Amino acid sequence: MSFDLALTYRAGEREREVTIATPARILAVTGPSGAGKTSLLDCLAGLRRPLAGRAAIGSRAIFDAGAGIDLPPEGRRAGYVFQDMRLFPHLTVRRNLAYGVPGGRRAPALPADWPGFGEVARLLDLGPLLDRRPATLSGGEARRVAIGRAILSRPAFLLLDEPLASLDPARAERTMAMIERIVARVTVPAVLVSHEEREVERLAGAVLPLA
Amino acid sequence: MLSPAEWEVIGLSLRVSLVAMAATLPLAYALAWLLARRRFPGKVLLDALVHLPLVIPPVVTGWLLLLAFGRNGPVGALLDRAFGLSLAFHWTGAALAAGVMALPLMVRAMRLSIEAVDRRLVAAARTLGASRWRAFRTITLPLSLPGILAGLVLGFARSVGEFGATITFAANIPGETRTLPLAIYTLLQTPGGEAAVTRLALIAVLLSLAALMASEWLVRRAAGRQAHVV
Repeated sequence: MSFDLALTYRAGEREREVTIATPARILAVTGPSGAGKTSLLDCLAGLRRPLAGRAAIGSRAIFDAGAGIDLPPEGRRAGYVFQDMRLFPHLTVRRNLAYGVPGGRRAPALPADWPGFGEVARLLDLGPLLDRRPATLSGGEARRVAIGRAILSRPAFLLLDEPLASLDPARAERTMAMIERIVARVTVPAVLVSHEEREVERLAGAVLPLA
Repeated sequence: MLSPAEWEVIGLSLRVSLVAMAATLPLAYALAWLLARRRFPGKVLLDALVHLPLVIPPVVTGWLLLLAFGRNGPVGALLDRAFGLSLAFHWTGAALAAGVMALPLMVRAMRLSIEAVDRRLVAAARTLGASRWRAFRTITLPLSLPGILAGLVLGFARSVGEFGATITFAANIPGETRTLPLAIYTLLQTPGGEAAVTRLALIAVLLSLAALMASEWLVRRAAGRQAHVV
């Protein structure tokens, strides 16, 4: 199973329940705004504690209220592309990209064929941006940096929160093509939150609709 | 232009204030971080305690320091026994008084700048594999740097001007605890001291102005380096 989720969590004023088990590598989460999509991603990333239940991604338990498992965010290694990007304003694009690159004694074991800095920069066309500060980037550029930063942290799974939001159609198409190339290149499970049916159909193997 | 005694006063004032800042900085930042980021029982009380030196008469602060750190006070006796260290009537005591008086101003400036650091950035750092400590070191600390600098300069200016708590706790000993304000006060009591008063007062004003301008410059430089949008 890529995803085995049975979670109760709070999103805004409401309690939500999510149950899905699927071998699909890419899971789309759809639903109107306020349906608790981002809150679900936060629960998977370890930034928000679910009320109850369990979650396993890629057959690794990251949360299990019954068994007392609740990995901290740095132990889950989610490659989280936030809707608001959250690039570090005091670091250049290059240092943003390098922030999560594993290194040092406690680095986790890595798949050998993971794309390196050069390949990610090429796939996302980041070359010209490397020495700039986040404040000087356009929305589309910042989005690509955020995706690159998440990929380079060699995540165990990806969380993509509306990766095409607020991009004009031409940029959205280009970014979409890059995401397709990236998720085809790295073979980790991915959760894609999206409004766009076309995007969901093109990428996802399973859909989790939230009401 | 200045007599050796006046140079001594200035040197002592700088030493007292710099030592006070160096010793107070880690404590002030830790308190600012606790008050900005943590919720715990007694937080309101801690906040009030930190602000106490700002609102009670400095003489009272000096007297409380004397009670605690004097040779017969609980902390003073301990320091004396353990390290042979005596703060009261010693220049280190003047530094302690200056540090305590500066603490609330430093904590206020630092707390504001820590609160201004977007917690979502810290969360992002954690998902990228950073421990709490690394996220603090690489995100919160550098982004709150302008507040640290502002707090330091405010605290330094406050230290240089410290009078009431110092004269109560460390007394007015020439060459030991007679800092700029104490020297000016002493000269005012001395017939014919007007010229020296003018010189020292001018120095005090210049020191404070220099500190203020240095902080403006540092803060502006730090802000320019990390113009904050995305």
